[in-house]
Amino acid sequence: MIQNMQAGQLISLAINDQVKEAYVRNSDTLLYTLREQFGLVGAKPGCNNGDCGSCTVLVDGIPINSCHILSVEAVGHKITTIEGLTDSTIQQAFIGNWAIQCGYCTPGYILNIYALIQTYPDADDAMINEWLESNICRCTGYQEIKEAVKNTLIARKINE
Amino acid sequence: MKTESYTVIGKSVPRVDMPDKAFGRTKYTNDVTIPGVLHAKLHTSTRAHAVIKSINLAKAWEVPGVRAILTGDAFPFPVGPMLADRPPLAVNKVRYCGEPIAVVVADNIHQAKKAATLIDVEYEDLPVVNSPAEAMKSNAQLIHENLSNYKVQVKGVYPTPNTNIANLTKIRKGNMQTGWEASDITIESRVSFTPADHAALETRCARVEILSNGRVMVYSSTQGPFYVRKLLSEFFHIDAGMISVQTPLVGGAFGGKGTVQLEFIAYLASRAVGGKMVKIENSREEDLIMSPVHIGLDASVKLGATKDGKLKAAEIKFLFDSGAYSDTGAGISKAAASDCTGPYAIENVHCDSYCVYTNHPYATSFRGFGHPELTFAVEKAMDKLAARLQVDPFELRLLNAIGPGDTTPTQVNLNASNIGDVSSCLTKIRNLIGWNPNKNVQTTRDGKIRTKGISCFWKTSSTPPNATAGAVLTFNTDGSINLNCAAVELGQGTKTVLGQILAEKLKMDTKDIHVTLEVNTQYDPHQWKTVASSTTMIAGRAVLAAAEDAIKQLKNVGSTVLKSSPEDLDIAKGRIFLKDSPEYGVKITDVAVGYKYPNGNTVGGLVVGNGSYNVRHLTPLDPETGFGKPGPQWGVGAQAVEVEYNPKDYTYKIVKAATVLDAGKVINPQAAIGQMRGGMYLGLSWATRESFTFDDKGIVLNPQLRTYDILRASETPEYLVDFVETPLVDGPYGARGMGEYGVIGMAGALANSLSAACAADLNQLPLTPELIWKLVEGKGDVQ
Amino acid sequence: MIPIDFEYYRPSTIIKAVQLYQDLTGNQKQTIFYGGGTEIISRARMNEISPNAVIDLKNIPECNVLKKDTETITIGATVSLTQIADSAVFPLLTNVARSIAFRTARNKITIGGNLTGDIIYREALLPFLLTESEAVIAGREGTRQVVISGNGIKLNEGEFIVQLVTNNKFAQYRHINHKTTKQSKVNYPIVSIASILVDDQIRVAFSGVCAYPFRLNQIEEALNDVTNSPGKRIQAAIDLLPAPILHDAQASSEYREFVLKQALQQLLDNFEGVS
Ligand SMILES: Cc1cc2nc3c(=O)[nH]c(=O)nc-3n(C[C@H](O)[C@H](O)[C@H](O)COP(=O)(O)OP(=O)(O)OC[C@H]3O[C@@H](n4cnc5c(N)ncnc54)[C@H](O)[C@@H]3O)c2cc1C
Ligand code: FES
Ligand code: FES
Repeated sequence: MIQNMQAGQLISLAINDQVKEAYVRNSDTLLYTLREQFGLVGAKPGCNNGDCGSCTVLVDGIPINSCHILSVEAVGHKITTIEGLTDSTIQQAFIGNWAIQCGYCTPGYILNIYALIQTYPDADDAMINEWLESNICRCTGYQEIKEAVKNTLIARKINE
Repeated sequence: MKTESYTVIGKSVPRVDMPDKAFGRTKYTNDVTIPGVLHAKLHTSTRAHAVIKSINLAKAWEVPGVRAILTGDAFPFPVGPMLADRPPLAVNKVRYCGEPIAVVVADNIHQAKKAATLIDVEYEDLPVVNSPAEAMKSNAQLIHENLSNYKVQVKGVYPTPNTNIANLTKIRKGNMQTGWEASDITIESRVSFTPADHAALETRCARVEILSNGRVMVYSSTQGPFYVRKLLSEFFHIDAGMISVQTPLVGGAFGGKGTVQLEFIAYLASRAVGGKMVKIENSREEDLIMSPVHIGLDASVKLGATKDGKLKAAEIKFLFDSGAYSDTGAGISKAAASDCTGPYAIENVHCDSYCVYTNHPYATSFRGFGHPELTFAVEKAMDKLAARLQVDPFELRLLNAIGPGDTTPTQVNLNASNIGDVSSCLTKIRNLIGWNPNKNVQTTRDGKIRTKGISCFWKTSSTPPNATAGAVLTFNTDGSINLNCAAVELGQGTKTVLGQILAEKLKMDTKDIHVTLEVNTQYDPHQWKTVASSTTMIAGRAVLAAAEDAIKQLKNVGSTVLKSSPEDLDIAKGRIFLKDSPEYGVKITDVAVGYKYPNGNTVGGLVVGNGSYNVRHLTPLDPETGFGKPGPQWGVGAQAVEVEYNPKDYTYKIVKAATVLDAGKVINPQAAIGQMRGGMYLGLSWATRESFTFDDKGIVLNPQLRTYDILRASETPEYLVDFVETPLVDGPYGARGMGEYGVIGMAGALANSLSAACAADLNQLPLTPELIWKLVEGKGDVQ
Repeated sequence: MIPIDFEYYRPSTIIKAVQLYQDLTGNQKQTIFYGGGTEIISRARMNEISPNAVIDLKNIPECNVLKKDTETITIGATVSLTQIADSAVFPLLTNVARSIAFRTARNKITIGGNLTGDIIYREALLPFLLTESEAVIAGREGTRQVVISGNGIKLNEGEFIVQLVTNNKFAQYRHINHKTTKQSKVNYPIVSIASILVDDQIRVAFSGVCAYPFRLNQIEEALNDVTNSPGKRIQAAIDLLPAPILHDAQASSEYREFVLKQALQQLLDNFEGVS
């Protein structure tokens, strides 16, 4: 029985270049819908409070904590999750620089950094720090992650 | 010693778990969605100490989808790993803010949560014990009235009835009077800090289902799948063979997932709904305070030394703040007692190490198991002594460095193998950080003060005397090998390192070794837990034994095929061949599944390599003197921190953090460096900003990552890492453990560095600017 | 996981938004406006609020404006803190916005939400308090424009902020801002002050010091009273605080006062060379 017709609705979301439909509660966060409805579990629920960055996805190319956006709010925007980021050099850089330990922060971090590189290919250290401080990594101590970012930026420049 | 020529050991073989993690393909416990699974949500206490007058469930039951609501009477018996003192759901009273009182099981998570919120508990407040010092007072409010009735689960835990003492470990070595008489100088030092948290990024999560044949299926993010099975079996009287625990990769643990909590609740919940699968996942708020935390400490250290700086006596008192329940706190207080002096040779030692109940969230193991905590106390005292003696803190440590021929506080005789080389680690750290006693305090042009501080640490693994691991090798038709063992991959690289050990032994390529990443207690050989930096040693030795077993079988069949004796054969690169004419041989692929002669006859069967390893010769500590052997070997190291301190506003920046560890043998350098950096990071984050803030009613004021501060990428130092390699004779390829070590000396080195910068005794954690301001300005007693 | 259910609307015009609010509340539905949602989602998750309906303002074109012309700087209420931080239209606001939370959070937090939220800091308010800025507010009676002063923007039932309008000239003035946290710089402020020098007179607004952000004339008079020594001026300013200094898990009131004094000293040092 649906008690309140307005509590939820059928929505279409543009996720990873595909249009996906789901019935959601209006109060469902995008993180919940991605994970529980679409099986896109790369986004992780580290805090559900906008504090840790482990749920980061890209909304129109901008990093957003998916625990801090409603699924209904995401309608009409282009969403990219780690599953949709198939040929990104940053993933190779994370592997190559050992920037991964338990891996729980990794998808969120990679999406954030991917956006950084797309937006500011000339990012300096201050800019890198400003972006990287959005995510908590509890395992690595961040050095390898910074190296992965820097090496990717350098490699991009050489390739240009 | 360095002439060994390994092909795989000592190489930075890429960790096998990285690619899937980078592409978001790794599935953690909570990443599986199962249609029909029921969801459990807790109602937790808003009081730190109170009698539960009543629990009203009426409104909660009205929420649609609710299938069961359980309160303490569902299982009113205490559980716990060392001392059974904690009911899974509170019974009659609550002892900490955040304690689970009831669990709601519902079709959907939002229904469960809504109902849990609607549970109405009426409390009658009791006086709150807000620090271990308060708990120790003779007239202190008792937190456990029935302490004497609790069952001791592990030998060597000594609660004191009618007190708040869950355990006391005593160390009595030498003669204190002699020690003090031989001392020209004595110093006293006191440090303290409140509990903090592990804050692994993956919050704890468990699913339990009870099948119709009675089999209990558990899926859990744990460091100890077999441990979960053991405790479930013991407390709920289920045959161990009827319990199957599965653990995929774990999203960080740091000791916090080495104990059992949610699994008990999920089991009870599933039982209440006819065995249907029930899932319980912690919110971050629950994970921070409802689930066990990082232990707090109040420690006093008194050291005596000759005027040349030779340590003669140490009197140490630890009051560990284990919170409302003892969990592994009892073990932590014991481990800290065993290594209470730090890595220094002292003949006369007196230590009383207490595990104390308070009304704080309860504590469990944290990376380093009592050692980051004790080391902060000891290393602060060492710097105080150096200052009093007016000697270089570095030289003081070098002079007293423990080594072969000395004995530990529990009177274990040390030899060239069972302890690493403290002096070498110290000498190396001196160069790494650029230690110069005359230049360690420098003022920059803009008025900031740059200082360095050092610390030294040791740790033995404090495993149970029968800690064990096993390994099973099976062969694939392509000649590659599956390695099965129950070590849990937490990101520390365990599975890769075990693969390397196997590859080296079989002289094959690591790419031909498939290490199973998930653990399933039904298929994998038993392993105690993945904790205590013990896995490389215990599981590594099991893998070596399994490899030897496989080699023996391969050579046996090979000898028939090659018409030679097994002793004349060698194995490498997927072949069995004659030692003296390597070109004459047979492929492992042709032998491992039975060798087939051209005529169709077959010799040999499937080769399955089995191996296991037990820690050996450990003995419980004597209750009066502490005499005994707590662990197989002592890992040692030295650390340093350089800070830039601003005396104007008491802020500071950590410029560098350095570690030199005696690793015995570094099996995978890049993984080892990562472990050290990560350890330093965790230690620095804790020492600079992590702790729970309690109000005077014992309520946690910062149970969120918004306010429970964690070190971020923009504020991390440059990390420097180096190793010493003093082989452990019975370690795999000489390796000692390393997982925990990077964290141990950070708080001490940081506090020493900052104390030098601000010329005050910074004896508390975390070292926030406000704390420094208070201590420097002498603003009252902040203890 | 938010346990409660609510209706969700995303109107495309101001009038529709106002009307929706009237209709919903007329139907006894507790309704709130929704900007970035970062506070609403968290508070609803923690059972601190339970609206029956939310009205998302992000599709209203006026709310998304970010522009500077010869006269004024106009910022729509749903513009994110990142957009503001990355644009140079209002340098003091840029700096203050950048000191709030961290970048990914700022991508979602809206200026309107920060100015009106329940959080005691509302740091983005400070630059507006200093610059006689005006808020364009929509409600049942149409839109009105009010000067932002004192403790912030007072909204009547059913009203929401559409835009913030600031005189262009303020972009030129010398300004500083200063945020001290307990430890990590992404933390909430212990003390956050923003200041601007207008005709040689210091204007200053505070967040984190008391239980709400504020600007107070008397405090500025005390600070600008050059007949007194800097130390005395600072003490006088502190004596004039409108409410007790906060004492909480972030900092004790004693330490806050110390930090505040330092911040004011820094401010005087910075501007002293000018007058
Ligand atoms: C990690 C983190 C750290 C933070 N640190 C700080 C900090 O240090 N200092 C600080 O000041 N802030 C800080 N914040 C921001 C703050 O806590 C709020 O989350 C934020 O200000 C809310 O903005 P929003 O756009 O998401 O508002 P929403 O959640 O959408 O709304 C908040 C409130 O404002 C109302 N509202 C929103 N828009 C309008 C409008 N246009 N007109 C009328 N009412 C409206 C809503 O009805 C609601 O009551 C932090 C946030 C995060 C996530
Ligand atoms: S889960 Fe979204 S920020 Fe932590
Ligand atoms: S790798 Fe574990 S949190 Fe980053």
